[in-house]
Amino acid sequence: MTKGIVKAIIENLVQVRVSGPVSQNEICYIDLDGVKLMAEVIKVLGDTAYTQVFESTRGLKPGSEVEFTEHMLEVKLGPGMLSKNYDGLQNDLNNMQGVFLTRGEYTDPLDEDSSWEFTPLAKTGDLVSGGDWLGSVPETWISHKIMVPFGLSGEYKLKQIAPKGTYKITDTIATITDEDGNDIDLNMIQRWPVKVPIKCYAEKPRPFKLMETGVRTLDTLNPMVEGGTGFIPGPFGAGKTVLQHSISKNADADMIIFAACGERANEVVEMFVEFPELDDPRTGRKLMERTIIICNTSNMPVAAREASVYTAMTIGEYYRNMGLKVLLLADSTSRWAQALREMSNRMEELPGPDAFPMDLPAIVSSFYSRAGFVYLRNGETGSITFIGTVSPAGGNLKEPVTESTKKAARCFYALSQARADSKRYPAVDPIDSYSKYLGYPEVIEYLNNNVNPTWVKDVLHTKDMLLRGREAQEQINILGDDGVPLSYHDKYWKSELLDRVILQQDGFDAIDSSTPMKRQEYMLELVLELCAKDFVFETFEEVMPFYIKLINICKQMNYVEFESDGFKNYEAELHKEADTRSAK
Amino acid sequence: MATQAFQKIYTKLNQITKATCSVRATGIGNEELATVGGRLAQVVKIVEDNITLQIYAGTEGIGTDAEVVFFGKAPSLKVGHDLAGRFFNAYGEPIDGGPDVEGTEVEIGGPSVNPVRRKQPSELIATGIAGIDLNNTLVTGQKIPFFADPDQPYNEVMAMVALRAQSDKIILGGMGLSNDDYLFYKNTFENAGVIDRIISFVNTTEDPTVERLLVPNMALTSAEYFATEHNEKVLVLLTDMTLYCDALAIVSNRMDQIPSKDSMPGSLYSDLAKLYEKAVQFPGGGSITIIAVTTLSGGDITHAIPDNTGYITEGQLFLKRDTDISKTIVDPFRSLSRLKQLVIGKKTRADHPQVMNTAVRLYSDAANAKTKLENGFDLSDYDERVLEFAREYSNDILAIDVNIDTDAMLDTAWKLFQKYFNKQEIGIKDEFMNIHWKKA
Repeated sequence: MTKGIVKAIIENLVQVRVSGPVSQNEICYIDLDGVKLMAEVIKVLGDTAYTQVFESTRGLKPGSEVEFTEHMLEVKLGPGMLSKNYDGLQNDLNNMQGVFLTRGEYTDPLDEDSSWEFTPLAKTGDLVSGGDWLGSVPETWISHKIMVPFGLSGEYKLKQIAPKGTYKITDTIATITDEDGNDIDLNMIQRWPVKVPIKCYAEKPRPFKLMETGVRTLDTLNPMVEGGTGFIPGPFGAGKTVLQHSISKNADADMIIFAACGERANEVVEMFVEFPELDDPRTGRKLMERTIIICNTSNMPVAAREASVYTAMTIGEYYRNMGLKVLLLADSTSRWAQALREMSNRMEELPGPDAFPMDLPAIVSSFYSRAGFVYLRNGETGSITFIGTVSPAGGNLKEPVTESTKKAARCFYALSQARADSKRYPAVDPIDSYSKYLGYPEVIEYLNNNVNPTWVKDVLHTKDMLLRGREAQEQINILGDDGVPLSYHDKYWKSELLDRVILQQDGFDAIDSSTPMKRQEYMLELVLELCAKDFVFETFEEVMPFYIKLINICKQMNYVEFESDGFKNYEAELHKEADTRSAK
Repeated sequence: MATQAFQKIYTKLNQITKATCSVRATGIGNEELATVGGRLAQVVKIVEDNITLQIYAGTEGIGTDAEVVFFGKAPSLKVGHDLAGRFFNAYGEPIDGGPDVEGTEVEIGGPSVNPVRRKQPSELIATGIAGIDLNNTLVTGQKIPFFADPDQPYNEVMAMVALRAQSDKIILGGMGLSNDDYLFYKNTFENAGVIDRIISFVNTTEDPTVERLLVPNMALTSAEYFATEHNEKVLVLLTDMTLYCDALAIVSNRMDQIPSKDSMPGSLYSDLAKLYEKAVQFPGGGSITIIAVTTLSGGDITHAIPDNTGYITEGQLFLKRDTDISKTIVDPFRSLSRLKQLVIGKKTRADHPQVMNTAVRLYSDAANAKTKLENGFDLSDYDERVLEFAREYSNDILAIDVNIDTDAMLDTAWKLFQKYFNKQEIGIKDEFMNIHWKKA
């Protein structure tokens, strides 16, 4: 094993003189008076390895000893990860002692003493390779598959598999034989380096299935798909985190991995407090049972922040290979990019735009490309849907992180300051935002088959109406209320009807916060039906009060149970009100 | 700080810049404290035996033969109950003529709280200012800055908030505070008779610039002591964070780092987050709440300092002069308290969220009507009514000199709703309308 001696210290960049071979991204431990500080090699120059330390280097002295581990930064994968709270390096935060984080304290991500009810899925004599399912254990309500380690390429013969029963994760549950006749014992644990994508699947087609999030402005107007990618840029205060939390609570996914990357600790605390209490709207179980939180808040070490998004993605890929729908959320990818910038700066690399490293676009796009919908080799499907937030400096979307992400992600949910200021939440701008999936023939077909036959046409029509409404509003502002034809007011208020009833949603109301697709379809068709009507007005002053009445009735509908008596009463009232001005 | 016996003294500096110097020495730890020619300095870079030190008071007059003494520890503060009621400089030395503080020595800028050990902030901090209590409620464990132009009365408002808020300790971290402002705070606290709850760490404009980098950590370290050891509710006031960031930029520049946006160091976000994230609700009941001031230049919030701050803090407060009533108000549009959802409608009356949103929406309609008026268009009947409403709302509720409790604010809002609007225009859930909308 290679050893080294600390030579220079500049904040968390430590130069180490090494005595043997080292590799790029190798993990090493630096000894600080008996405390081991974890670090990663990020550059090698002659016999000097440049390492970024995942902890504070306060008090570190030159001459300290360093031990190299011969492996890259890895995660430990196995049953028992669900509902855990990890830091960026996959330490189990709940198992750490004390109120304050202690430097050099590393905890086991898995509970090695836990035992699990194992059911074999493969049988002796089967030919298997990396990623194939050997058996399953129930983990909360997910059937957790025990797989052949992903690193084992080539074919192996299953020599022996444990019968149904209770085993510890460290017990041998299978023995496989390679082509040369060597036996390999397998338990339920495997390790994987976080920066390398897991590719043990048969095929990665274009995604086509709608991924419901319960957020109307997304599902109706700019849908996300299973295995899709999207990003949410927005200035501070526009509601990025609230929107992501709302997606994480209501999305139609088997499990959620939330990477809190360099953001506020209190926001994560909110999840810690709420998720064990909240019910999953689909299964009725607690949200926490399907959630893993990777938490590296802004005051935790910067280098571990960079690692946290990779840790989250790798855990996602592991669960995807079990045939699950995984939703991965990262808040915020800008903080990850800033971590890259801080290191690049300390290494005195030539800077790119805004002092970010030159290869930022490449790093961002290769990360987004790890999401996707896959067919596994056994015919099952799995997916990772990835939605990241971006925090553009000064709210200006022409900055390197937003631009790099725009090239990589297929959905763009632009949060607008103007909407946020006028409390139109979620503040997703209906005109600037897009989902490229709406143009995929396979997605159009899926939506028309599963929502209603004219759905995509109606959605595009809605977008047109919103745009026309905005244009009408601009004309009204320029020419004055009585300087424009009456029809401009009508157009504007029809778009307001769509905006306030369909797009705006009360994220804190028990019912309105999540809308199933069936209800979204019903409400959109109802509002479009109103919009298609010709209402009769004498003067422009009659337009606003009339539409405000309609909007209020529709909003009351949004607040009550779908198809309840209250809902139907409001609907009847709505039609009655609409009839008062309908053209004969 | 006096030198101790058996300390090795180095006397051969090999490099001196405006803020740093280098010396050859062995056995030195990163971030260790030292004195150079009697001035406090800290190790910022080590390359083999070449140690670079940042001298807080600047290097003017430092000779290559200056004595360098290393302390073998990072900057620290003696914490104890005696801190209360005292004024200190950036190094934690008394400046009020009183004795040194006895207590345990703790390194400043210590470790972060494990996020899973934090408690969710849930205790409301009432200030009597409606722009805060009604529209942007503050919660213990929150961190929130005032984004203010230099001409706005932010120090006065902050002192008012500090005195009205229920807290066990108020810790003032003054960075680049003018002597006048320092005396303002001192007198205000003394006159209010709360001096025994106050602790101040002050770097005035008369002191060296780089020294102020120590101030927030001194303030927060003492806050952590009172919040963890005595489970107290501590309010930390940091003014002015823009001047703190300027000092960061100076140091980073001297260290030859590549600047990012607005000449600020690339690590600005992390540097600020390390301070602001010290705001916490501890499991033992103690809490640290941070109210800061970030001065803006010409109201520009896209500048790197307010921008990074906004991404870290839980909201921001803007002051605004309402010319219709000639009073200062807390701007209802741009201000935001992100944690208000944890308390409004739960610790306050159930109609609070809806009343708050409705009033702000109507106030925004009034702003549109005002634009119409300025552009020379006729106003509709509705426009006239919202304008009237906005004036009264601003005067009776928002103005910072109004000091009433939240229930009174809500009642006043309902009264104004009913005075100017009909039920449809208000559009609040029927369950609240039935209770608060008085029958004619």
